[in-house]
Amino acid sequence: MSVDKDTVRRIAKLARLAVPEARLAPMADELNGIFKWVEMLGEVNIEGVPGMTSVVAQKLKWRQDEVTDGGNADALMANAPGGEEHFFTVPKVVE
Amino acid sequence: MSDLVSMTLAEARDALAAKAISSRELTGAFVAAIAAARPLNAFITETAEQALAMADASDRRRAAGKAGALEGLPLAIKDLFCTAGTRTTAASKILGDFIPPYESTVTQNLWNAGAVMLGKTNLDEFAMGSSNETSAFAPVVNPWRARNSNARLVPGGSSGGSSAAVAADLCLAATGTDTGGSIRQPAAVTGTVGLKPTYGRCSRWGIVAFASSLDQAGPMTKTVKDAAILLTSMASVDPRDSTSVETPVPDYEKLMQGPIKGLRVGIPKEYRLDGMASDVAALWDKAAGWLKAQGAEIVEVSLPHTQYALPTYYIVAPAEASSNLARYDGVRFGYRAANPHDITDLYERSRGEGFGAEVQRRILIGTYVLSAGYYDAYYSRAQKLRTLIKRDFDAAFERCDVLLTPSTPGPAFALGAKTADPLEMYLQDVFTVTVNLAGLPGISVPGGLSENGLPLGLQLIGKAFDEGTLLRAAAAVETAADFKHKPAKWWTA
Repeated sequence: MSVDKDTVRRIAKLARLAVPEARLAPMADELNGIFKWVEMLGEVNIEGVPGMTSVVAQKLKWRQDEVTDGGNADALMANAPGGEEHFFTVPKVVE
Repeated sequence: MSDLVSMTLAEARDALAAKAISSRELTGAFVAAIAAARPLNAFITETAEQALAMADASDRRRAAGKAGALEGLPLAIKDLFCTAGTRTTAASKILGDFIPPYESTVTQNLWNAGAVMLGKTNLDEFAMGSSNETSAFAPVVNPWRARNSNARLVPGGSSGGSSAAVAADLCLAATGTDTGGSIRQPAAVTGTVGLKPTYGRCSRWGIVAFASSLDQAGPMTKTVKDAAILLTSMASVDPRDSTSVETPVPDYEKLMQGPIKGLRVGIPKEYRLDGMASDVAALWDKAAGWLKAQGAEIVEVSLPHTQYALPTYYIVAPAEASSNLARYDGVRFGYRAANPHDITDLYERSRGEGFGAEVQRRILIGTYVLSAGYYDAYYSRAQKLRTLIKRDFDAAFERCDVLLTPSTPGPAFALGAKTADPLEMYLQDVFTVTVNLAGLPGISVPGGLSENGLPLGLQLIGKAFDEGTLLRAAAAVETAADFKHKPAKWWTA
């Protein structure tokens, strides 16, 4: 499979990443170099092999469904760019 | 004061306990060393005032008879660990002004044990790189120089600020994180010790996430014993990290004691790559001889899927990174683009302007391999390959207790030497990345010098949660290698 300029534009859109028009073609070349290399995985027989879901033998932990933290609105807002009082700000979304 | 900064963590601990020195004196010596070493660019943020205040508080605790395991010991922290009230950047413009309101579990464990923070070390942006050149805060320079050369070399990556700081005596030890080799590779090319513990041994809570199923924190030190001491305090069982394993933390310093007689050391034949550098191959053979001379049994083993590890990694890691990095949206924290005309523009430009080239490349790879129509061909296949790679290790460990390999394909290289081709950079991790995919512990120990007079590392790989045996074997390599070389302190001139 080969990635072209339009594919890079499409995945950049999916990733919400502004890639300048002039970077699309060079990026396609870079990605193709990597995907071509990755193609060697196609030669391995993976019939019946389960995908790895956990690298160590441990069941996912359970805990009581109770509040353990919170009430930190000031701390949460401390790094918000353009945050006002206890609100995050964004450009107008609903007309 | 130069004697103070060249001490090992264990020596400093014992000198403090004997009240031969104070933490204030020791910390002051490191603060001065750091100020004199700015040409190395090892630190993104120096915290000298805070360090001296922590040292004073430590001296008071000791006087009151309340000394912890790391009481008064000055450490450097990779700038990927969130530190409350101290800027944490991940070496990215997107987190350039981020001041965490919380402390990572690993660093909290260190402060609880009495340690002192000297500052936050430089790294590849979001830990994505093997040379520190992707940092938005300019690259770190390796304290080492090749014989008869003044060329600036890379300190490895991603934990390159930490490796340089340890090698240049700017701290007693440092923390690192390792997703594909980011502790072991920089340790190898700076003549220091770097340990990546078993996945789940150190909490990931409060560490800026790269690839969550691979990331693991670990110590970067001057000796194997120091790595054991630091790991004992870094590791914990943490209810805030669902992958933190419910196994009590042993005293690794005690566990690493003892001879290696009868230890079975596996040599994976697939690691002997075509065209392997002759000094790397020779050191590897020599190290097997060292262990044999100490009573170990050398066995050849096979890890048949080794060649697929790097391509598997370059699907799994970017896939996880693309979803982890979705949180940087310019809204809740981090860099925000100026004058967005709508919400999508805000997201796209904040991310496009805030992330560097390598991070963008990996986000795009990750988004692609997870996208509809490509998921099975790439991501799903890579997850199966990962199972096969882990099975290789399971089979090998039926025949041996630890594995011995080189840490890197070669010594430190020049700044800019491998930035043109991403693949060439990725190959730096060819010997280390398998360990992350299988969740195992691995350590790099200085083994000797390359043909051009630069450090080369040897890697030992252990069974899951068998860091004790791993450290014991590493100590045996360390003793035999007797690596006493230090870089000349050209940067203070």
